[in-house]
Amino acid sequence: MFTTNPFFELSGLISPLAMQVYVIAMVILVAGGTLLDTLHKKSARYFFENTEKQKKSASRQVSGGEKVAIAVKTLAVDVLASGEFCNQRRRVAHLLGMYGFVLFVVTTAILIFGYAESAAPAILPVLWHVGALLVCIGGYWFWFAIRVDVSAEGHPWYRVMRADLFILSLLATATFALLWSVFAATFFFVLFIAAATVLFGTVLWSKFAHMFFKPAAAFHKRVTKADGSRENLPEVPDLTDPAVHARYPDIPEYLGINPPNMGLGIKREAPSHY
Amino acid sequence: MPTFVYMTRCDGCGHCVDICPSDIMHIDPTTRRAYNIEPNMCWECYSCVKACPQNAIDVRGYADFAPLGHSVRVIRDEEKGVIAWRIKSRNGETDLNLLAPITTKPWGTAIPRVKDAAGPTQEQRDSQLLFNEPKYIRMDDGDIHTLESAGLKMKAGVYY
Repeated sequence: MFTTNPFFELSGLISPLAMQVYVIAMVILVAGGTLLDTLHKKSARYFFENTEKQKKSASRQVSGGEKVAIAVKTLAVDVLASGEFCNQRRRVAHLLGMYGFVLFVVTTAILIFGYAESAAPAILPVLWHVGALLVCIGGYWFWFAIRVDVSAEGHPWYRVMRADLFILSLLATATFALLWSVFAATFFFVLFIAAATVLFGTVLWSKFAHMFFKPAAAFHKRVTKADGSRENLPEVPDLTDPAVHARYPDIPEYLGINPPNMGLGIKREAPSHY
Repeated sequence: MPTFVYMTRCDGCGHCVDICPSDIMHIDPTTRRAYNIEPNMCWECYSCVKACPQNAIDVRGYADFAPLGHSVRVIRDEEKGVIAWRIKSRNGETDLNLLAPITTKPWGTAIPRVKDAAGPTQEQRDSQLLFNEPKYIRMDDGDIHTLESAGLKMKAGVYY
């Protein structure tokens, strides 16, 4: 079941050209939606104005090579490992959803453009199914247990608002894709296409575009640390440094020369009292 | 000078909502990010600024008296047990970094266990002193400590 290419079977009903046109239309919708989103929220303007402000308060110049190193680190930590999350459960759910979505989208494109009329290597349909499954595992875990409305505010899982447009349409796409593949029913295929159209067509109103601007923001955050501007945030120095002891005598007096790890403080408890 | 949230930094974790003494930090129903629902009621206690794990919250200076963009930002590092402040003046000439300890023992290990303390005796109950007061003002260590007993004198006027 997981080794069958659902698009190959679909080609009897819909021509491969129509499928390819649909995929291209979705790509255009995502690109256009992201562009409109950037214009509407003025996020690009904010980003560049912020960069100018940051350059003015920088204490040192970040070289091109250093920027490449920062970009690699951003890619490895913030993008590929979702390193910005403080909540580990959210991080794992995000990783499942992210890798699942990438697998699902990439294999969909390969299957439609390469193997809609011929048999695909067995690994591709398997990856397509695994991708959709990962999205479902991470997504439903997030939907029913992790998102802040449920875990902290105590709202029921079925209370839907606009912020849920992205996660719900993504979940619907992956779920109906799996159901369509399992039951081979046109009904599920129609729902799958409807959900996918909502997912890719509502970029302007959903948080779909976060996959483009979040890495940029993470990169910018690291650059501000490297150039000393730190968005006006202070630097927390190494408390064992003798120069720090000389500058702040309270540190060795109250914490000792080699201060212990004091633990998580207020983060020992997840916020759940509101 | 009410608080505001940098939307690109906030991940909607809810620590600020939990800690705000005025209950004015909420999660936005559209973006699921924190925001200050009533800036007029914010008294700039900085609780949310210190609690935010992403440093996504800042305090805005009113445009009439902070027009040139001064900045007071803070990082509360729980694991190191310190708080760091950075204060930048409007003209950019002052860029002050401050660092101070906020605990001397690991969090949660030195909570006073009042219920384990010995109960007051009848004599203590009849006394005008409060529970454990003799210990806290060190009356059990050679009576109450005064300026006189410490060899000090009250001086007239304001002095530092």
